[in-house]
Amino acid sequence: MEMFLTYLTVFLIGGIICFLGQILIIKTKITAARILLIFLLLGVFLQTIGVYEEISSFAKAGINVPIIGFGASLAKGVIGAVGSKGILGIFSGGLEATAAGIAAAVGFAFLFALIFRARSKND
Amino acid sequence: MSNKMDKEKGNQTIYFKNKPRIICGYSIAGPKEGKGPLGKDFDYILDNDTYTEKTFEMAERKMVEEAVIGVIKKAGLKKEDIDMMLSGDLLNQIISSSYAARAFDMTYLGLFGACSTMAESLAIGSLIVDGGHFKNVICTTVSHFATAERQFRFPLELGNQRPPTSQWTVTGAGASILSSSGRGPYIECATFGKVMDYGITDVNNMGAAMAPAAMNTLTAHFKDTNTTPKDYDLILTGDLGKFGSEVLKELMLDEGYNIEPVHDDCGKMIFDQRQNTMMGGSGCGCSACVLNSVILNRINSGAYKKILFMATGALLSTTSTQQGESIPGVAHAIVIVKDEGETNSEKVEK
Repeated sequence: MEMFLTYLTVFLIGGIICFLGQILIIKTKITAARILLIFLLLGVFLQTIGVYEEISSFAKAGINVPIIGFGASLAKGVIGAVGSKGILGIFSGGLEATAAGIAAAVGFAFLFALIFRARSKND
Repeated sequence: MSNKMDKEKGNQTIYFKNKPRIICGYSIAGPKEGKGPLGKDFDYILDNDTYTEKTFEMAERKMVEEAVIGVIKKAGLKKEDIDMMLSGDLLNQIISSSYAARAFDMTYLGLFGACSTMAESLAIGSLIVDGGHFKNVICTTVSHFATAERQFRFPLELGNQRPPTSQWTVTGAGASILSSSGRGPYIECATFGKVMDYGITDVNNMGAAMAPAAMNTLTAHFKDTNTTPKDYDLILTGDLGKFGSEVLKELMLDEGYNIEPVHDDCGKMIFDQRQNTMMGGSGCGCSACVLNSVILNRINSGAYKKILFMATGALLSTTSTQQGESIPGVAHAIVIVKDEGETNSEKVEK
């Protein structure tokens, strides 16, 4: 039962975040790239003010997987790196923390581009 | 002697005394267009939009080649009978047209009018044929959904979502043979358009960007020719789509013309509501396909005796929008009249 509730919470939160993004696409003229950026910055903001960890503890993948989680990782990485390396940490921290995610995205994209061909959507 | 004195009438309109005729039209449509309401009127429907080529751009070029070959064959002519090819498309440096022309042994003029190319090519072709300069001229244009997405928006590989007000670029090619002899509907006159820009910057709202140019050309046409919407069985716009058509009708009412009873739009005609294309079809191929299939058929069968065909183009590039520029439009109009049995004074030669 516990596990079911966990899954339910995680999926609902992730779903709501995507739903908000969808509303922005349909109801506003904001481009997809800018919507992505808005959510990214939201993650950065939540991490910076310190509430992200709390949200993440019950939302788990629901907030970690969407780009909000990526933004939070970026912020966390920078904050940590500045703490240990000083000012250079501003440049290295973000990339170090998100390196795995970025490498995975690029790697898989390349792999799938090798295997599959793009085609137009049919009705 | 000023240029204006040579024209038969008006500021923007040229009459063609020698009646250049569209002796044949040919259309190639993509699979989605083939499943639409006009499917049975197209000469050839692709199985898929790669047309067995390696890239979408190569497929687009092949569509032009096959449309040219197809229209020549359908007219019962040979490639050697064609004097000139007029073609344009949406891609940078109009590569689909130029590379297709490479396959043929005829003179070639590349045009860029964006989605107005079908009307532009027929208008310029009419000048050439009417002037007695060349006998048979092919006017053709093409567009392709995937190449347009790659160039103007995002490549398909990105899997982007399209907003509700966007139009679907038609995968289609159309070719017409304009001739100084033979039978077929003739082009009575052409009204050449001016570039109009009302400051629209939204690339997903091309209809609104092009409607002012359409209004400008249409009113210039009515004034130059001393006609009103009632004089035509059909006023057919290229790809204003649902929203753009409404904008045009409003703009025309402001000018004192009610085009509602006779207006239709190729972008609205080519897709069905159920095909999820939001505001309708767009692209040069949209008007080319529709004109060279169902419209020519209806003129030849007598359903339409006299129509005004006006294709509109949005003249932006990816660079111009990135630099914050708005979207200017242009529209060219031609009047097509049914062949009532008379032939041109020239003998039919091949």
